[in-house]
Amino acid sequence: MNDIIQALKHKNAFIGFTVAGYPDFEKSAKYIVDMANAGADLIEVGIAFSDPSADGPTIMNADQKVLAKGTTTEDVFRLMTEVRKHTNVPLVFLTYTNPVFKYGYEKFLSKMKSLNIQGIIMPDMPLEEQEVFLNIAQQYGRAFIQLVTLQSGNRLAKIVSHASGFIYVVSSLGITGSQNELSNEADKIVTSIKELTDIPVAVGFGITTYDQAKLFSSADAIIVGSALVRIIEEHPDDATIYLIEFIQKMKGARNATNQND
Amino acid sequence: MTKKGYYGEYGGQFVPELLMPAINEVTEAFNKYKEDPIFNHELKDLFDNYANRPSMLYYARNMSKDLGGAQIYLKREDLNHTGAHKINNVLGQALIAKRMGKTRLIAETGAGQHGVATATAAALFGMEAEIFMGKEDTERQALNVYRMELLGAKVHAVTTGTQVLKDAVNATFQDWTKRIDDTFYVLGSAVGPHPFPEMVKYFQSIISEEARSQFLEQTGRLPDAVLAAVGGGSNAIGAFAKFIDDPEVELIGIEAAGKGVNTQQTAATMALGTTGIFHGMKSQFLQSADGQIDPVYSISAGLDYPGIGPEHAYLKDINRAKYVPITDEEAVEAFEYIAKKEGIIAAIESAHAVAYAMKIAPKMRKDQQIMVNLSGRGDKDVAAIARYKGVDIHE
Repeated sequence: MNDIIQALKHKNAFIGFTVAGYPDFEKSAKYIVDMANAGADLIEVGIAFSDPSADGPTIMNADQKVLAKGTTTEDVFRLMTEVRKHTNVPLVFLTYTNPVFKYGYEKFLSKMKSLNIQGIIMPDMPLEEQEVFLNIAQQYGRAFIQLVTLQSGNRLAKIVSHASGFIYVVSSLGITGSQNELSNEADKIVTSIKELTDIPVAVGFGITTYDQAKLFSSADAIIVGSALVRIIEEHPDDATIYLIEFIQKMKGARNATNQND
Repeated sequence: MTKKGYYGEYGGQFVPELLMPAINEVTEAFNKYKEDPIFNHELKDLFDNYANRPSMLYYARNMSKDLGGAQIYLKREDLNHTGAHKINNVLGQALIAKRMGKTRLIAETGAGQHGVATATAAALFGMEAEIFMGKEDTERQALNVYRMELLGAKVHAVTTGTQVLKDAVNATFQDWTKRIDDTFYVLGSAVGPHPFPEMVKYFQSIISEEARSQFLEQTGRLPDAVLAAVGGGSNAIGAFAKFIDDPEVELIGIEAAGKGVNTQQTAATMALGTTGIFHGMKSQFLQSADGQIDPVYSISAGLDYPGIGPEHAYLKDINRAKYVPITDEEAVEAFEYIAKKEGIIAAIESAHAVAYAMKIAPKMRKDQQIMVNLSGRGDKDVAAIARYKGVDIHE
């Protein structure tokens, strides 16, 4: 968990996301290492789910392709074994509760520990349902990444008190919010979180461009998911140079934003 | 219920943080209005004067005589306004939504009955309605799509995943996260995160509340068995609710076996499922060893759901209810049988329950009685049954 904090705290950090096994096993392993080498400070590795209802069409499509190939949870662990031969970048899984539940919470967390996967995000396990999982995660020293939204309101303090690793601010305002409005609202939430904890705060959801990466100036990190998956989708033969170029550009935007830090 | 929102180990609220404030708002409103005499009075008025309640408990003389065993009674939810039990729950939830100041109703639908009921309530209350329906279902049930549009609703054909009911549920939840301020998700089955399973049961319990007193009035005693089809399980939980504390009444849920429980083309969750966490709840699901949700199949668009409501999973665990599979073939046979014997065109969903009554009635004594919950009418299924039988009809 300390690895995550060190990687993100006051670093103008960039968190990348990709789907494990997309577009295939070898390329997926290589792209994760490429992303780390390009300067991603932490990488979220998505474990595909049949019904990824918190994801947009790009990631949904990648999940379906990965599952159509018959990729299993064990395959994802094999992929992580391969990745860990080449990089020590902090890694967290992002998946839905059911694949983890079916594998067995304890068995899954123990596997994460042995592979040095530092944390996990499960968007469909809210505060109300975390108790069992959190206890085991703590035993294995794995971070459970809490999500906060612009609507969390009076739930914020309790969510923050259960946080470890980093806090993920979901910056979606639904269909109504303009970009600047979104940024201001998210910055307000980040500021209130920072009054409660020293754990790093990352903002994500729908960040795709250089200009957007410059927003959210109070956050320790931004998270980019769909844009990276789209690059992989658009360059089926070899996406490496495009991934590196994109990540370096986004890192540049973060550094331009937070020069004063 | 043990822990809040749990039935034994099943239930819970497995939804994104983005939805929790909305879910909590609905929970609070439901808890408030279910105790509110004015709310309940208004709902009863709608039930009686708009939805045509109480529904009849009809003694099926011809079927009973022909099967030669137990006496069969049909709870005629098919005679409700909009043609199915779905209206009971929709009127209740829409009334809560109205009290909460919501102006837009969204809903998933499989066969289209719940979508039609939601579109109906929205028209009645002057609200907007948007209905999410798997693309495959919009084709199987084209008439219901047009019906919803006639009622002023917008119908979205869902093209993600397997393009059926479970995908429609995903799409509706996703729409809700984008617009919670003015929107209420009218969930149609006894599934999803708390409070939905409890709320759907509360509004559907009218079925067994009426049936219980109708049985006592007409026959002087309770039925020996209550049969109801289960997909997610809303008509079944409504038919079971007021009999759960009567151990002498056997409760039987009939699930869709599709082409058979030994094939891949089935929706028999209780026969083949395992414990999982999906659609906001811990329950039984048809899924792979890795927890990927299986594609499911049934001739009935209302029963091809890969899970079941958490209270059903619990009732099975504690042996209070049992769940049995019925194939497409058996259901179609029952569909034709009840039409010819009783002059009733039943929904293909309900025909699954009729099919099981046909199996057990002959083995029971003549002084025993069975209630079959006839959850909906079958007009919507006529074209699909004709196709199944290879009959070429032109409308």
